[in-house]
Amino acid sequence: MDKPFAITLDVGTSLANKTGSWRVDRPVYVDRMPPCNDGCPAGENIQGWLYYVEEGDYEQAWRRLVEDNPMPAIMGRVCYHPCETACNRAKLDEAVGINAVERFLGDQAIEHGWSFGFVAPPSEKKVLVIGSGPAGLSAAYHLRRLGHAVTIYEAGWALGGMMRFGIPKYRLPREVLDAEIRRICALGVEVELGHKVTDVPEEMRAGGFDAVFMAVGAQLGKRAYLPAGDSAHVIDAVSLLHSMEGFDPPSLGRRVAIYGGGDTAMDAARTAKRLGATDAVVVYRRTRERMPAHDIEVEEAVEEGVLMKWLSTIADVDFDKGRIVIEKMALDETGFPQPTGEFEELDADCVVLALGQESDLSLLASMPEVVVVDGSVQVGPDLMTGRSGVFAGGDVLPVDRTVTTAVGNGKKAARAIDAWLRGESLAKPVRHELAGFELLNTWYYSDAPRMERPRLEVARRTSTFDEIVQGLDETNALFEARRCMSCGNCFECDNCFGVCPDNAVVNLGFGNRYRFEYDYCKGCGICVSECPCGAIVMEPELA
Amino acid sequence: MTATQKVKFYQVGSFAVGNRLLDADQRTVQSDVSRHNTITSGHRACQGCGEALGARYVLDAAMRVTGGKLVAVNATGCLEVFTTPYPESSWQLPWVHSLFGNAAAVATGVAAALKAQGRDDIRVLAQAGDGGTVDIGFGCLSGMFERNDDVLFVCYDNQAYMNTGVQRSGATPAAARTATTEAVGPEPGNPFGQGKDMAALAMAHGIGYVATATVSDLHDLEAKVERAMDFHGARYLHVLVPCPLGWGSNSADTIRVARLATESGLFPVYEAEYGTVTAASPIRHRVPVEDYLRLQRRFRHLFDSSGAVKRPDIVAKLQQLANRNIDRFGLLTNEVA
Amino acid sequence: MLRQLEGSRAVAMAVAACRPQVVCAYPITPQTHIVEGVGEMVKSGELAGCEFINVESEFAAMSVAIGASAAGSRAYTATSSQGLLFMIEAVYNAGGLGLPVVMTLANRAIGAPINIWNDHSDAMAVRDAGWVMLFAESNQEATDLHIQAFRLAEDLSLPVMVNMDGFVLTHATERIDVPTQEQVDAFLPPFEPRQVLDPADPVTIGALVGPEAFTEVRFLAHAKQIQAIGHIREVADEFAEAFGRRAGGLVNTYRAEDADVVVVALGSILGTIKDVADQMRERGTKVGVVGITSFRPFPLDALHEAIGDARRVVVIERAFSIGFGGVLSTDVALAIADGRARISTVVAGLGGRAVPEAAIAGVIEDAVAGRLEALRFVDLDRGVVERELARMAGDRHSGPSAENVLRDLRAVASRSV
Repeated sequence: MDKPFAITLDVGTSLANKTGSWRVDRPVYVDRMPPCNDGCPAGENIQGWLYYVEEGDYEQAWRRLVEDNPMPAIMGRVCYHPCETACNRAKLDEAVGINAVERFLGDQAIEHGWSFGFVAPPSEKKVLVIGSGPAGLSAAYHLRRLGHAVTIYEAGWALGGMMRFGIPKYRLPREVLDAEIRRICALGVEVELGHKVTDVPEEMRAGGFDAVFMAVGAQLGKRAYLPAGDSAHVIDAVSLLHSMEGFDPPSLGRRVAIYGGGDTAMDAARTAKRLGATDAVVVYRRTRERMPAHDIEVEEAVEEGVLMKWLSTIADVDFDKGRIVIEKMALDETGFPQPTGEFEELDADCVVLALGQESDLSLLASMPEVVVVDGSVQVGPDLMTGRSGVFAGGDVLPVDRTVTTAVGNGKKAARAIDAWLRGESLAKPVRHELAGFELLNTWYYSDAPRMERPRLEVARRTSTFDEIVQGLDETNALFEARRCMSCGNCFECDNCFGVCPDNAVVNLGFGNRYRFEYDYCKGCGICVSECPCGAIVMEPELA
Repeated sequence: MTATQKVKFYQVGSFAVGNRLLDADQRTVQSDVSRHNTITSGHRACQGCGEALGARYVLDAAMRVTGGKLVAVNATGCLEVFTTPYPESSWQLPWVHSLFGNAAAVATGVAAALKAQGRDDIRVLAQAGDGGTVDIGFGCLSGMFERNDDVLFVCYDNQAYMNTGVQRSGATPAAARTATTEAVGPEPGNPFGQGKDMAALAMAHGIGYVATATVSDLHDLEAKVERAMDFHGARYLHVLVPCPLGWGSNSADTIRVARLATESGLFPVYEAEYGTVTAASPIRHRVPVEDYLRLQRRFRHLFDSSGAVKRPDIVAKLQQLANRNIDRFGLLTNEVA
Repeated sequence: MLRQLEGSRAVAMAVAACRPQVVCAYPITPQTHIVEGVGEMVKSGELAGCEFINVESEFAAMSVAIGASAAGSRAYTATSSQGLLFMIEAVYNAGGLGLPVVMTLANRAIGAPINIWNDHSDAMAVRDAGWVMLFAESNQEATDLHIQAFRLAEDLSLPVMVNMDGFVLTHATERIDVPTQEQVDAFLPPFEPRQVLDPADPVTIGALVGPEAFTEVRFLAHAKQIQAIGHIREVADEFAEAFGRRAGGLVNTYRAEDADVVVVALGSILGTIKDVADQMRERGTKVGVVGITSFRPFPLDALHEAIGDARRVVVIERAFSIGFGGVLSTDVALAIADGRARISTVVAGLGGRAVPEAAIAGVIEDAVAGRLEALRFVDLDRGVVERELARMAGDRHSGPSAENVLRDLRAVASRSV
């Protein structure tokens, strides 16, 4: 075509005009720390594995998850999900059901028989793990995958620690527990049951261990002074729950009083009901708001007919008459309960004490360097005690006493031990800025209410130890995972690619995210505003 | 209800540009790496220009649905000026600019020529700003509608004559400050009781397809372009495109402001066929009009320095206009995903 | 093919034979019969492959033609006077973009006051818009010029305006040799656009051009029109050979070679002037006539040559530049700027007033006798104007002049009855 001068132009000739020179600020892609990851005591990359669930690639999601936590089927049943408490979605509608999805993945793995992947080549080092609760099993798993030879010495007659002997079956079916423990052992972990350790240095010498991880937990129930003392009608909750694993269920009587306000008290009360108690009454010296038990435990207990007696302490017991005497308390200005002098009688055939747990630290006898304060072992940031090569984690430490925290301790300790064995110190991972809710543009997320896991009806629940909470089916798990907003990390929604008026975002193709074409970007900032997950920031343009 | 199928359950549903979890045919044209980029980089629009964005949205969708057989006729205005300063053109399709008021008539001529040549598989799109549509362009536009010429006319409405320095047009909303309706005196900004409802005027001509849209709902906009191309004869698309310069909004807020315009009810989004409304986009999360007004310096005179409303009388009248739209188009249903 | 028909109708048939693909029309007296004629031929199928569009204004008419031409179709429209002014923005636009649109301008006076009869003030309003402007002397020439116009427009990639006097030509019924379709097809090949809107080869037409290139664009347009001078002559010669009669060209002279006084004019008045010239020649005055056919590009050299050694030049024009004087005569003066001849402007026939032979003879005689002033209005009613001037001087609220004059004329007329 013979184009008239200046009047008619060739197409696309504007590309010669590099409008990037107009900028005073430039957009930059960032990765931020999602609050779920930030809040997980086990350090899971929750957003990372949810990403694969969203695509329906459950196995890949599971593999991502078990990079950090080898026991998702258990977590999905017992974890108190601080991730969900932190979840930004809660500020939009409801938190993503991370826990439910984790359980789904764990159950899928068991159903399909997925096994753990890669184990590093042998390191020629041997590590002893004392205790096979969540901390010990987690440490064993991570150490084994790092290539070390691992042996677990477990004092009891089965592996699992409080997962088996403290958490009731209706919350954690034993088939699930056994499957996940088996899978860890299948990596080549050596196990010795019934082997109680009393002298750590001696065991290390005898076994040729290069390092040791002490994860003996807190398995001794605290006892309070009650007038009827060692009567057979007073038992501690820990022992009660422990004995549920045996072959003779204990007999508690028709009316059971549970003394204490923590999760163990709830477990004990609900177990009592299942064992046939007509009344299970929790006696707690403070109020509901001040109970240490998690809300969900209390709610379920109440649903099952457990009664609560707040602001009460046990003053006297008279089991011949089948009753106990409780004294009413009142909270003073500091929130501390004070006796009021008013008494009440309560029918009770026995009392279950759930007043807290302590660790059996007899194994520290020959290690004076290991410091203990208030019954808890003191450790450095790398979980090493005062004695070199001796590490500790889980309920023996002054930490939150949850399975997830213990699992997290086990991972951290394993990595610290691994570094120590190589003569290095553990590198601190780079911590990105937290992806707060205000950084998101939540308009783009569909309105999607949370999927709740179905539960057994109350009547059925209290007559059996069947698992109460059912899992999500695949459709629902997928839906739930897709409610994740991917806070702080690009999930390739193409918004930035689409909203740039200057066509200055290059789409690098699925899996490769995007790049800014700074030759043309005018720095308007629409991409930042319209990024749903807050993965773009504006920075000042340098000279 | 609307032409798009709202997708539930997916992470960002039908609101974001794309989504790796959606099938390709449920993603927008904009999410496609091979989109035409009918307006390419290097144009001279201001940072954050809503019209540049809206025009690329419309034209890329039109190019997709017509298989690239498209001719564009452009009126004088910002869009024409910032895309064709000699020697640079950012257009990537056959394009002609004649005058300010005749885009519709020139398009009629192009369509007639293509028909006479037996090439009316090539579609014609005319585009103008609000001035070139409702004021100086109105005569030619009305004639094109009345004859039902086979042209899709798109108005990019930034509600004033922006290219010449922000002067009032027949599309300027009430109370808005422009250079010819300054925010001074007892009745600051553009007077109430004026203005043309261009979409209604288009509907009154009885043409096959009329729709309104904004740059904040891309799926909806693309679906409407596609739907418009199903029809032959005169069609009209009215797209709200915020202008950071003229509206006094932050350049990063362009899409956000358009979103608030619809969510407040001030700009109803709907479609009509042969003069009857067939669908309206429901408001998802309703906001009071001040949330929209507060982001724009052209309405600054309604607020004090702390952001509190200082002219509740004017804001109330604007709220009434929004309420009327909501009633008229039924914009509040149960909030839909 | 000889026919007895109205001038408008003949033009319509010639236009139709040129196979336009888009014709757009807005009614305005006195061109309307032309587009009505084309419209009927389209509707009946006689003119096939043509889209006839009833537009809503003249501005739309020219705009439609612009769009059609840019899209690669042969486009045509027609207008007059007020309509031309209504589309003037688009007229300049077509000129600037170099689109080969052909338009008939049925010359009519421009208001206010509104007047539907013939003069050339409309053509003069657009003489700088970059169009080729041809003036027909007769209906035969008008018919023939349209065929040449399409050819010129497409060869040069310029719009071409064919001027023909409203009513005088458009509504006159006479014997005209209307070219056949075969003749026109042989003369006018299919349209091959220089620039076109085509998805297969997209371009951007109508860019914003700043100070750095605008002058060059304008110069190129001017250079193209200067080049056109030669081409107009060639096309006229080719037409003469193909159709066996002369039409078009730059100027046409009548008995001017040895003339002492040359009368120059545009359009149909030339017929009357030639009759007067014959009569005056018989009485001994060497009168010559030069008709300008191509008004733009203005044929300075051809005109200079045609005027030759004549001592007096009388430009009779049907237009007037208020506050200055003649329009055509200013252009003619440039052709004889070497100063040997004396030039007078004679304004005649404004607003459709008849120009009798006697009046023409009178001014020629005055010119020969040296009595012709630089600017003369033929047949001006001095009484009426002097009364009105006196009224305006005396009374601030004297009212609109036009109304006063009309009242006067009626009063005078009624008194004389």
